[in-house]
Amino acid sequence: MASHGILDRVAIVGMGCTPFREHWDRSLDDLLIDAHGLALNSAGMVKDDVDAYWYGTSQSSASGISLATPLRLDNRPVTRVENYCATGSEALRQACYAVASGAYDVAVAIGGEKVKDGGYQGLNAFPIPTDGTNRTLTAAAMFSLMLPAYAERYGVDEDKLRYVVAKIAEKNHFNGARNDLAQFRREMSAEAICEMAAVAGPLSVFDCAGVADGAAAAVVVPAGRATDYTDAPLYVKALSLVAGDGSGLVDPAFDFTTLPECVAAADDAYAQAGITDPRTDLAMAEVHDCFTPTELVLMEDLGFSERGEGWSDVLDGRFALDGDLPVNTDGGLKSFGHPVGASGLRMHYEAWLQLRGEAPADRGVTTLDTRSRALVHNLGGYPGEMVSFVGIWGTEKD
Amino acid sequence: MSMTRGILAYGAHVPYRRLDRAEISSVMGAGGGRGHRAVASFDEDTTTMGVAAARRALGALDNTTPDALWFSTVAPAYLDKTNATVIHAALRLDSTIPALDFGGAQRSAVGALRAALTAPGRTLVVASDIRIGLPTGPEDGGGGDAATAILTGSSDDGPLLAEYLGGATTTGEFTDRWRTPGSAYSRTWEDRFGEQAYMPLVRQAWADALAATDLTADDVDIAVVTGLHGRASKKAASGLGVAVADDRAATIGNAGAAHPSLLLADALDGAEASAVVALVVLADGCEVLFFRTTDALAAGRPTRSVAAQVDDRADVAYTRYLAWRGLLEIQPPNRPEPNRPSSASALRRTDWKHGFVGATDRTTGITHLPPSRIGIAGGAVDDMDPAPMADATGTIATFTVDHLVYSQSPPVVFAVVDFDGGGRMPIELTDADPAEVAIGDRVEMTFRRMFTADGIHNYFWKAQPARG
Repeated sequence: MASHGILDRVAIVGMGCTPFREHWDRSLDDLLIDAHGLALNSAGMVKDDVDAYWYGTSQSSASGISLATPLRLDNRPVTRVENYCATGSEALRQACYAVASGAYDVAVAIGGEKVKDGGYQGLNAFPIPTDGTNRTLTAAAMFSLMLPAYAERYGVDEDKLRYVVAKIAEKNHFNGARNDLAQFRREMSAEAICEMAAVAGPLSVFDCAGVADGAAAAVVVPAGRATDYTDAPLYVKALSLVAGDGSGLVDPAFDFTTLPECVAAADDAYAQAGITDPRTDLAMAEVHDCFTPTELVLMEDLGFSERGEGWSDVLDGRFALDGDLPVNTDGGLKSFGHPVGASGLRMHYEAWLQLRGEAPADRGVTTLDTRSRALVHNLGGYPGEMVSFVGIWGTEKD
Repeated sequence: MSMTRGILAYGAHVPYRRLDRAEISSVMGAGGGRGHRAVASFDEDTTTMGVAAARRALGALDNTTPDALWFSTVAPAYLDKTNATVIHAALRLDSTIPALDFGGAQRSAVGALRAALTAPGRTLVVASDIRIGLPTGPEDGGGGDAATAILTGSSDDGPLLAEYLGGATTTGEFTDRWRTPGSAYSRTWEDRFGEQAYMPLVRQAWADALAATDLTADDVDIAVVTGLHGRASKKAASGLGVAVADDRAATIGNAGAAHPSLLLADALDGAEASAVVALVVLADGCEVLFFRTTDALAAGRPTRSVAAQVDDRADVAYTRYLAWRGLLEIQPPNRPEPNRPSSASALRRTDWKHGFVGATDRTTGITHLPPSRIGIAGGAVDDMDPAPMADATGTIATFTVDHLVYSQSPPVVFAVVDFDGGGRMPIELTDADPAEVAIGDRVEMTFRRMFTADGIHNYFWKAQPARG
């Protein structure tokens, strides 16, 4: 298999992100119009400058028409993209490839989700006719399967491990409290989270991503023209996507302590970007903390921790704002909220702010003196069967 | 020598859950009584319980399949559509084997057994019932839920566990107990009316049966006497002049259409060889059947006796029981209800859905659950053998308890199960205490009703703690 990547061939020159909220007074169209406007403003562009669109939404609308109509686009190509919770990153990946191919000069990736119009708490899958033998378990329960498995494999006391993942939520709430766009802007202690009622395995609702409406967008141009639009573009270093074959749910060798699709996507991305030690090469990372155990396992799968040591690195604060490698500095899915189609682009928005030194002072990373690259990890699906995206971006051309 | 007919195999299913009758009066201020009744779990119906009993009966045999499957219940999961076909599919019987429902009345079940004992061929006679009474009423506490399966045939088909010696029947029309279609429970006339109506019918059937078989009461080692009219059944039992078996009222309750064959199974579990067992059933008349056990009985019993199932139990709270039966509506999780399964997809995948048949890759030996045309390793396409897994046991690799997902009885306990000899499946656990589940626990498979949507019952398999 070849994966050549498009190192330094395209750049993000503008981004926008709406607040992630229970937007009772905003429609999906409103959110898309706002995110689109913010991104174009950021790039100093107007609508007619954009040649093509990739529109990501998981289940809020269908087809390119549902973006072209509210934006009143003038005969532009719009592709609707869906890849579970990695939808936003996937839209960006497609836009980058279109620009890298030379087909278009300016492409917009935009993602949005309106989850609060459905009448139920949490996210609900679109029903597809089946033979009735498929799982009906919630995503929270599927990811909670990793906790007893991890405790068993590494000999970590289950109560201690429960506290470890609560510390991840505490960190992300701490960061989110310093982010005006985040859904939850209140600090939460790990101790308080541990005392909450369990809803899926040992997990409480505060171990789960926030459920919010929102939209985010990015403007992508050829790298050679990036500085026409901004002094500080983000150059693509790597774009990787792996769709798992579902073998983890079939193969007894899979032990639910790792997400192999994420390992594979990270390996591919590090090769594309020439990264040998992510712990010292990256200034920060945004990772898919849909549930607290996910972030724990990702620290190992992305190479931020040694196998079996993620839990102690979490307790040591290595991924805190002032840690060796800050992770989810914007609060993550946990605190920022998770409008599915928007989340991947929201993660990129944080990398955009941090690498450009535009994050608010109280949550800016202190790693930029020696490092100029950020990692974005975005997954969709469940342990054993998922899609995983890893992108790496930098402010300097190699 | 003339061919003898009788029982080739039998099996019973007593659900794992029990209702302590004392709870009825403590919740309602009335009703109840002493002892326990058996309670079908929220994911069981008469069809799934029939599958459990049939698997137990056939499990005692080596590759003996019935020529016909007859299913009898007064609480059918479907009307118009045959319920026996679901059991037929779960047992993976050939399409040339007929599956028929004998529905409507209590009497159909014992009538089907009599018909099978006198008809040619091997017939698997399955009886199943879920008894619902209005809260505090007699069947609320006195009813029981259970299923049985008896494989009838001749001595040419294999060793008979019990020979059918013959019997007699009487029929009477009187409106002592009645239920109109659509109603979940029966109503009855005053007690003494039924008693006087039944007694002459019992006496005549008993006398005719003794005469037809050249037996005397002294020849009968034990009699099983049952019927939904408790007073008449007791009176009948005391008038036979023979030893009468425990009616399991204290430990199971009266399981209606399944109760005659359940008590017969219980008697066979404990009978010596060459014992004469009488089955006396009061149902719109009286059925009397005589059996003589054989030397083959000791080796041919099912792996789990009725008594063993009586002892293996866990109580369910009365209020939860009422919710399971639809007598008390409780707030479900605020999640969308599941969609109805696709009949088209279910038919394509019936081996998987009803039979729990996966696929094993001929090259790698890896078992795929669900079946897969292309394996997770090796790259072969369409090179798999069917892998029947319904009788497989396995071990829990990891598990969780889901309080958020839609369920008729939250929370859902869910485990990743690795099967002995290969194959993995993340699957729901049933009849398990969430606080007791642990990695490494042993499980076995059970056929259940996952949910009902748009009137379609979604049948599939779950795992349960291994009970044997």
